[in-house]
Amino acid sequence: MGFNFYDFTALTHNIHVGLVEGFSPFMATTLEWVIVGTAYLLFVALFGLLLVYAERKVCAAFQQRLGPMRVGYWGLLQTIADFIKLLMKELIMPRKADRFLYNLAPFIVIIASFLAIAVIPFAPGLQSLDFDIGLFYLTSVSSVGVIGILLAGWSSNNKYSLIGAMRSGAQILSYELSVSLSLLTMIVFAGSMQFSTIVEGQRDGWYLFTGHIPSLVAFIVFLIAGTAETNRGPFDLAEAESELTAGFHTEYSGIKFAFFFLAEYINLFIISAVAATVFLGGWMPLHFGHLEAFNHAMDVIPPLVWFFLKVFGVIFIIMWFKWTFPRLRVDQILTLEWKYLLPINLINILLMAFIVLTKFHF
Amino acid sequence: MSEIKEIMFNSDRLATDEYLVNMGPQHPSTHGVLRMLVKLEGEKVLNIQPHIGYIHSGIEKMCEAISYPQIIHLTDRMDYLSAHMNNEAVALCVENALQVEVPERVKYIRTIMDELARLASHQLWWCVMGMDLGALTTFFYGLRDREMILDIFEETCGARLTVNYNLPGGVMFDIHPNFQKRVKDFITYFRKKLPEYDQLLTGNVIFRERTEGIGHLSLADAIAYGVTGPSGRASGFSNDLRKHQPYSAYPLVKFNEILDHRCDTLARYEVRMKEMHESLSIIEQLIDNIPEGDYAVKMKSVIKLPEGEFYQRVETARGEFGVYIVSDGKKNPYRVKFRSPGFSNLFALNNMAKGHKIADLVAIMSTLDLVIPDIDR
Amino acid sequence: MTNDELKAYLLDKFPSAEITLGTQYVQMIVASADLHQTATLLKDAKETSFDYLICLSGVDYPEYMEVVYHLESVSLRHVMVLKVRTSDRANPAIDTVSDIWITAKYHEREVYDLLGVHFNNHTDLRRLFLEDGWGFPLRKDYVDEIRIVER
Repeated sequence: MGFNFYDFTALTHNIHVGLVEGFSPFMATTLEWVIVGTAYLLFVALFGLLLVYAERKVCAAFQQRLGPMRVGYWGLLQTIADFIKLLMKELIMPRKADRFLYNLAPFIVIIASFLAIAVIPFAPGLQSLDFDIGLFYLTSVSSVGVIGILLAGWSSNNKYSLIGAMRSGAQILSYELSVSLSLLTMIVFAGSMQFSTIVEGQRDGWYLFTGHIPSLVAFIVFLIAGTAETNRGPFDLAEAESELTAGFHTEYSGIKFAFFFLAEYINLFIISAVAATVFLGGWMPLHFGHLEAFNHAMDVIPPLVWFFLKVFGVIFIIMWFKWTFPRLRVDQILTLEWKYLLPINLINILLMAFIVLTKFHF
Repeated sequence: MSEIKEIMFNSDRLATDEYLVNMGPQHPSTHGVLRMLVKLEGEKVLNIQPHIGYIHSGIEKMCEAISYPQIIHLTDRMDYLSAHMNNEAVALCVENALQVEVPERVKYIRTIMDELARLASHQLWWCVMGMDLGALTTFFYGLRDREMILDIFEETCGARLTVNYNLPGGVMFDIHPNFQKRVKDFITYFRKKLPEYDQLLTGNVIFRERTEGIGHLSLADAIAYGVTGPSGRASGFSNDLRKHQPYSAYPLVKFNEILDHRCDTLARYEVRMKEMHESLSIIEQLIDNIPEGDYAVKMKSVIKLPEGEFYQRVETARGEFGVYIVSDGKKNPYRVKFRSPGFSNLFALNNMAKGHKIADLVAIMSTLDLVIPDIDR
Repeated sequence: MTNDELKAYLLDKFPSAEITLGTQYVQMIVASADLHQTATLLKDAKETSFDYLICLSGVDYPEYMEVVYHLESVSLRHVMVLKVRTSDRANPAIDTVSDIWITAKYHEREVYDLLGVHFNNHTDLRRLFLEDGWGFPLRKDYVDEIRIVER
């Protein structure tokens, strides 16, 4: 049971074999669930905190200030302190709220994020679900979250929440199209929806480079649509602070608010991870066709590091959007999607199909 | 309350698809305790009813009980971002009534201070404008530069916001020895930083989409509603009192009255941006030429105005500010009325925002640059 | 028009009004019955064209209540003061000018709120700052019960 930082396949396989040999099949499966579940919970909680910290530091850098500096070295413990504060806060519920839906909504949102995170390949062997419709599964479960947002807005019995939820519904349903179509473009190129195949296909070069212009266009469209999917600025009009106070989560406090907050950052991670996996090769190191020496040098860096480097790169770009651009208006958001991104996407798919058919790629 | 009920239960006034939203008195975009009853259909704004008075402090009533130098201290609390101009209006009104000629030095100092205050106010407006549109970074860019002006104020006046620098007959203290150097430093610094503002916001595609053609206020409406200041000038309403009724050192400087005829949110934005450049040039013309002399003339310890009525108009950062003093010859006025720019500007909002989206309402309100205590007085 | 020209013009046009030259501006006091007609003429006549109502204030004098209109012409750049008086302190009522200058609608609401002057034909005469039933604080006989101003 040797620990290999470059390939986790053996490690995860050994754990699996050990459990199956030691326990009854039922117990083994249950234990596996518990272990994987705990691992994901821990990852989500810690990575969410890290992302909040990163956002505050990035935002501070854009705004020519330092950001949190007091709690811990360079404010590293700030988000943990904030989280503890959120956990201990009183849970306030509006008197005329729809109690059941009000309590249900944050869980739907966070569960959707958890479901989506399951197919993300972190490193070779570090992926809990690797089946042949991985990308399809991801796009479908990630759109479940909007139901939670709609429920939150409706059940809060607050007009600001309702307006925010309706905006969010219109926005996510529209941008779902662009996300799926830009991923479809890449599926046409990769010839598979399985994450492991997609990553393996990028051994000799990332799809972003090998796919010519269509994949570059798809990448840009995916970044825009993905930002809109996660309700982040400049598409944050579901929570548009200056217009709707806090949009759909106006009435939430304490841990339920923390769920929404965490889900937003986990969605940010998922979008970035998908972008990194489909366009930038996921955990695959940077390889260029025949430059053997260069390729070997790149292989020294472990896949897990590659993955997170790429993910943070994409996250930084998305944060950059948020802290630079003003917010769009609701009709402009729909115009952008239906009149620009969607036609571009459709043409892009045709172009990609043409390229694949004529084998005009690297 | 009764009014809401009336609208709610009177089906003639509220159709099935329409609903009411109370924006304020606590709302991030109203910049204070302004409440607006907004009638909406989906996202579309149908009607806006501003409700004011949440911060009404009865300044006009209080003025009837206190002396003229004391009134100056109250005027700070109205439009706190144009505190210096408000003070100056009262000081000028009293000086004109008593026919006191203030030294040239005072005129120069007052004008420089006016323009610094105008710059600070426009900077803060720019911060908040960006924030209302969702570009949060503008806030820190603007505040960074505003800090320098506040430091200059602090050094000379002892206060940063409500400066209380004017007296009838002059100013409270002479300028600080560093004043001229710091102001000149600031001008060179801000000349470099002002283009950054344009790079960050003005040229942005989203920003232009959000502002162009939004919130149209025609010239006729601007005059009828009495919308003054940059908001009025963006509709082509030439109302810069620094040009038309010059006071202090304004007759001595060359500057342009910024007019725009596009009448929309972008025009109001650009008028203010250009005004910042004009303010810088006004300060530049004056700062090296401050004449020697007294910083105040000796006034009687108890100032009594002759019987009569006096009106003084000044241009604040928000528009025309007027002081109407009715005196019966005693040491305190018989009646004081402040004509505040925000009051008139606010009520043009319904005219401008009707038919637009909620997000546009926020943007339009932002370009009106409302300060709520100025409206409520 | 300069103040003197304006005064001469007004004397010619409105012989019944009381017209004087104040310290700064020409003052014209009209009877409350003539107010609306006079204001319309002042705005519409080409020679005066007072299209901008700067300020509308109410003053409570011992014998009468007065509403003061500061008017400016945007094109001709002259300013005048129009005044109207009513001696009925119990139920002061003056015609509205809000149909002539829209901004007067809100200034009149303020005067109604603080001085209790009623404006006839005003479409939306409600209190602006204070609660219903507060009293009219800017009247000289107002009793400051909670002692905000007088200490």
